[in-house]
Amino acid sequence: MARLPIQKTYKLFIGGKFPRTESGRYLQVRDEKGTLVANVCRASRKDFRMAVVAARKAQSGWAARTPFNRGQILYRMAEMLESRAASFVDLIMTTTGAKKKDATSEVECAIDRLVWYAGWCDKFTQVFGCTNQVASSHFNFTMPEPLGVVTSFAPSSASLLGIVQAMAPAITQGNVVIAVTPIELAPVAIEFAEVLATSDLPGGVVNILTGETSELHGHVTSHMDVDGVLAFGVDQETQVAMGQAAADSVKRIKFADDPGLAALMEPEAQSPYQILPWVEFKTAWHPIGI
Amino acid sequence: MNMPVKEMLFGDLWEYAPALESTGHAQFEKRYGHFIDGEFVDASSYMKSVNPATEEVLFEFGVGTEADVDRAVQAARRAFEGPWGKMGGRERSKYIYRIARMIQEKARELAILETLDGGKPIKESRDVDIPLAAAHFFYYAGWADKLEYAFPGTTPRPLGVAGQVIPWNFPLLMAAWKIAPALATGNTVVLKAAETTPLTAMKLAEIIQEAGLPPGVVNLVNGAGSTGAAIVNHPDINKIAFTGSTDVGKIIQRAVAGTNKRLTLELGGKGANIVFEDAPIEQAIEGIVNGIYFNQGHVCCAGSRLLVQESIADEVVAKLERRIQTLVVGNPLDKNTDVGAINSKEQLDRITEMVGIGEAEGAVRHSAPCELPSKGYFFAPTFFTDVSQSHRIAQEEIFGPVLSVLTFRTPAEAIEKANNTPYGLGSGIWTDKGSKLFKVAGALQAGVIWGNTYNKFDPGSPFGGHKESGFGREGGRQGLLAYLEVS
Repeated sequence: MARLPIQKTYKLFIGGKFPRTESGRYLQVRDEKGTLVANVCRASRKDFRMAVVAARKAQSGWAARTPFNRGQILYRMAEMLESRAASFVDLIMTTTGAKKKDATSEVECAIDRLVWYAGWCDKFTQVFGCTNQVASSHFNFTMPEPLGVVTSFAPSSASLLGIVQAMAPAITQGNVVIAVTPIELAPVAIEFAEVLATSDLPGGVVNILTGETSELHGHVTSHMDVDGVLAFGVDQETQVAMGQAAADSVKRIKFADDPGLAALMEPEAQSPYQILPWVEFKTAWHPIGI
Repeated sequence: MNMPVKEMLFGDLWEYAPALESTGHAQFEKRYGHFIDGEFVDASSYMKSVNPATEEVLFEFGVGTEADVDRAVQAARRAFEGPWGKMGGRERSKYIYRIARMIQEKARELAILETLDGGKPIKESRDVDIPLAAAHFFYYAGWADKLEYAFPGTTPRPLGVAGQVIPWNFPLLMAAWKIAPALATGNTVVLKAAETTPLTAMKLAEIIQEAGLPPGVVNLVNGAGSTGAAIVNHPDINKIAFTGSTDVGKIIQRAVAGTNKRLTLELGGKGANIVFEDAPIEQAIEGIVNGIYFNQGHVCCAGSRLLVQESIADEVVAKLERRIQTLVVGNPLDKNTDVGAINSKEQLDRITEMVGIGEAEGAVRHSAPCELPSKGYFFAPTFFTDVSQSHRIAQEEIFGPVLSVLTFRTPAEAIEKANNTPYGLGSGIWTDKGSKLFKVAGALQAGVIWGNTYNKFDPGSPFGGHKESGFGREGGRQGLLAYLEVS
């Protein structure tokens, strides 16, 4: 008799732990034939608020890590992902109906992208900061600092690469991220959380919520302890509503088109300018004299 | 029995003889409309601009309608798609250098007009505002043909028409902060000066005309809030840059939500000036005074909260009390004047109200015992002790010569108190210990940190806020980003 495989329960990823949604709500992910793949969590407003608390708690510690250390941890993510590449390929094929060749390309690209961003951790300040030659006897320099807590709505056209793109740029500079993914991509996203959980990444630096993204848009943009919002592929009407809510705390908000998987896999899709919205420039002056 | 030591304050023995700056050289019209498409044009209605030091009407200026703004935007669009957009960076650069030079040539006239229209002391308009405005154009002029070196890996492109709305506290300087980087990056401009201080913007229009800039590259529409709203809401504007209050900044952020307009906001502040017990005290006193009484405290990054370590609080307060008695308050045209006129009646009322609230909430008021002129809008340099963090004078921006003094015991407490505000613009740190300065500077949530100095500005030094003090930078290489597409 054939052995009955063990199915995984997909939960949320908050503060380094895997809790179920407090709401008890679930959504079903099915493959192309309509067979049930998993019951996944439909995150609630309260789950989001818990994630903000966890993220805020983790932020100063993450920012205080040396950039070298952050770079090693991002690289470690790539190591962990590489070793589990085969299972991600299978899961992407099951949940998105992708062919093996395409799923493999996406996983390889996601791994390489993590390596690429890992390298930016300790170089971004060198390229984007500067000393300024002011017309007085002062030493003056400008350096980027992390914005803080960033909530990121992942693009829905890519699964693994989408979640990587939604979180990697921001965390390089000491931000913490709450990534929200649409339901059909939930299994891959939560599987990726297991990569994060074994990459020496401190709990709370990246949090992953799965569910109906549209019901969370308003809660995210009106939350007073969220500093930045990145949203891929939201429609015009939603952008207006999100932008207006964000103004209440002068939030930094960035909308990006969902370029589609093929474009996301191009080298042009990776850029230090994707880090730029998630830093604050601080300029310091000090007199020179005896 | 201990007799109180009699102390002679500088200035007790004599009065300063007035040293008035002559105004005869400064020319301006009795009426200005707008400057659109390279021409001065009439307005459909006018407002009066008052000298806040005398309450006399200086001139009239136009109130821009939606139609005026639309004409200005169309002119700016034509210039962007025409001569300015097609011109190379090298030629653009030379036009901007020319503006810088002409500001220098007319510097004294501009300083006098700035002081007449806005009430700031002539020594500040002469030594700070106007030279910095010229320097800003000079600095950004040099970027115009070097943009490909500014942001590696990109091909920077201008955004199009920039709509800019500026405040009344540094009128010409704010115009320079907005216009210079916009032009250097190849954009065209529709700018509205503040309704209490449009005079130097009109003189800048003359300079732009004399410099031979193609018509429509810079358009100046005068007016108040509704004119600003017409700029913000105009559908053919690609970028909005605003400096002003956080309340208005939020309205603008809502207004542009979901549009393709890029936005930078430079908003209010409640800067913490932190004095540690190992600070050079005399220098710190000067820094405190410069931090809050510079430009009558009409400075978004003013050090309006003094955080002083408890062990030296009494000494610092006593010295500060003495120091504010020597500030010369009065006629802004007098070269001796340290603190000039409050910019408007409305602002004077706001300051008076906030000071009343401070007293009512139980803080102790210390005001310089100076005699204020009988005419004009003046307010004596003031600070409050016994201020707690919850007091409105410790939380809200007063935008006047009013300082709130709070104390702390440990560096951690100083950092926590300094950051305990939705704002995050400027902050000061006074200590003799370098490692402490770096530690605190890193922990403060503010866009500009002054270590053992305060209120220093330079075109090469990026300026802008964290948190609700806004986003985007003005000045320096980072200041170019506000006007470029780089990705």
